[in-house]
Amino acid sequence: MQFAIQWLVDKFSFLSPISILLLISLMFIVGTVVLLLAMLYEGLGTYALRKIGGDIQVRIGPNRVGPVGLLQFLADGVKLFLKEDIVPTVVDKKLFILAPFITFAASCAAFVALSYSDRLVISNLNIGLFYLLAISSLVVIGVIMAGWASNSKWSLLGGMRAAAQIVSYEIPIGLSLLSVILITQSLNMGEIIRSQSGGWGILNWHIFHNPFVFISFFIYFTAALAEVNQTPFDLPETESELVAGYFTEYSGMRFGFFFMAEWGEIFIVSAIAVTLFLGGWQLPIINNLDIHIYLKNLLQLGVFLGKTFLLIYLMLWIRWTLPRLRVDQIMYMCWKVLLPFAFFNIIGTGLWLLIFKGKGIPELVIQLFS
Amino acid sequence: MEGIIYKIVFYLFAVLTVGSALVVVTSRNIVHSAFALLFTFFGVAGLYVFLSADFLAATQVLIYVGGILVLILFGVMLTRKVFDVKIFSGAGQVFPAAVGVAVIFFLLATVIVKTPWHLVGERAMEPTTAEIGKLLMTDFLLPFEVASVVLLAALVGAVILIRKEVRPPKVD
Amino acid sequence: MIIGLEHYLFISAILFSLGLFGVLTRRNAVSILMGIELILNAANLNFVAFSRFVTIGISGQLFAVFVIILAAAEAAVALAIILALYQNIKSVSVDEADAMKG
Repeated sequence: MQFAIQWLVDKFSFLSPISILLLISLMFIVGTVVLLLAMLYEGLGTYALRKIGGDIQVRIGPNRVGPVGLLQFLADGVKLFLKEDIVPTVVDKKLFILAPFITFAASCAAFVALSYSDRLVISNLNIGLFYLLAISSLVVIGVIMAGWASNSKWSLLGGMRAAAQIVSYEIPIGLSLLSVILITQSLNMGEIIRSQSGGWGILNWHIFHNPFVFISFFIYFTAALAEVNQTPFDLPETESELVAGYFTEYSGMRFGFFFMAEWGEIFIVSAIAVTLFLGGWQLPIINNLDIHIYLKNLLQLGVFLGKTFLLIYLMLWIRWTLPRLRVDQIMYMCWKVLLPFAFFNIIGTGLWLLIFKGKGIPELVIQLFS
Repeated sequence: MEGIIYKIVFYLFAVLTVGSALVVVTSRNIVHSAFALLFTFFGVAGLYVFLSADFLAATQVLIYVGGILVLILFGVMLTRKVFDVKIFSGAGQVFPAAVGVAVIFFLLATVIVKTPWHLVGERAMEPTTAEIGKLLMTDFLLPFEVASVVLLAALVGAVILIRKEVRPPKVD
Repeated sequence: MIIGLEHYLFISAILFSLGLFGVLTRRNAVSILMGIELILNAANLNFVAFSRFVTIGISGQLFAVFVIILAAAEAAVALAIILALYQNIKSVSVDEADAMKG
């Protein structure tokens, strides 16, 4: 991208109409591709959500459009696009229009820092993980903005609940990730994944490094469920009490943006869990394959996506299984259960690294027997 | 290094920062100024990236946007009638304040232009996270500890200030 | 023109002036807090710019980190005070909070 722009500027002197036109069209194309991919993923995600929901509740789920209802998402997407764009008269217009874009942009911006395979990294940030945490905190602003601007009590209550919940649960998330950072001593997503390679296959994954990290993973996953407003923590959008929470007043594509942002968030938190705890794009079989580098990277991408989708599946499973908590229970859970355990894990991991000189359980066991 | 794109993006961030700061202090709607603050913080974070302070940029977004701005928004929404979108903040003494601020700004501008700065050479952009961590644990250990005590004190203080007074039940 | 120290200092000076203007003219306590945040950001920008262009090492960035920490503490306490004020006098206008006894 950067090179393309620089090349354009060198080729046609800057600010000539043709370079501006090309630049704008380039941005437009990239934007369209990103948007299409996001919509495809979101559509298939929704389809999976409904099918899994149907399965768990012994229903059939969508089965009308296309083979086994597979094209349902196209129909839904077209419906969203063709719906009338309603901006209620009593809303704060500027903020109402801005809110979905901020939420969506924040959730899109997170995707650049992920490491999808050994070579496929969009932006190799050396503060990758920290950037992800920071940029995902932007989402909450969009949510509050939507809740406020809608000028409706459902929206406002949903927005306030979402803000309180997301801000609170960011702390256990950060702390539970810290214990992995202690081991890797790097915030770069690629390096974190590479530090999990080695001779013992999946035992090299950080989740098996020591008991504290093992607990950290579950703390992270629980807190992540709350961060992305999934059941049992879906209080911001409880349809039985708040209609739809902060996006009650939104319809058509504006609602679609919130929806895509939510699915983007779900992907991001799962991908972070995969990267930090579950070995990222590594799978012992693929690591040892002697094949062309591009093919290998493609396989790694597949492994990464597979692991991520597995975690997303777990989330959907939980979503269709558990009832939701009360507001006070959610806050209790965050501040009095997850947070102390997360602190305990950091100290525990630190001590472990000090005592065993940075070695994990698999290494220690091997040492014991050799 | 300093291509034309670099400059354009720099000026974009500069305009974003200054423009939204202008909205923050002049908007008649306090919710609008609070949300404009988002763009100011974001713009400053962008400028940090230009100054090769990547860790600080992420910290800025995480703490200012994710923490302080949310606090401010809660403050705005909890101190007014909740379902009333238009919230005005009154402005008084605008003229003398404007004159005073303009004088201060020209003073600052003169200082900036007139001072012969001793610049050290251009340095390459390098990761700062590890360096900051090392300094926090060595040269800046005392400020670090004091800051954590301050945070704890602020936390306790804030809770005590806004908690509801619970009177012990009367015993007959 | 190469983007140098002066550019950042100018942005910071503008931010500082705007923040000061906000603090001086606003009557809503939360707005004043926003002005203070602008001033703190201006100071931070100065710290980081000087650490990049004038000094060797990154101690300026550490100063900025501490300023951010203090800003967080300050915002929490200030909002607690504002909420307490609102509970007592049902207003957050700093002009109306002029009584020593509630």
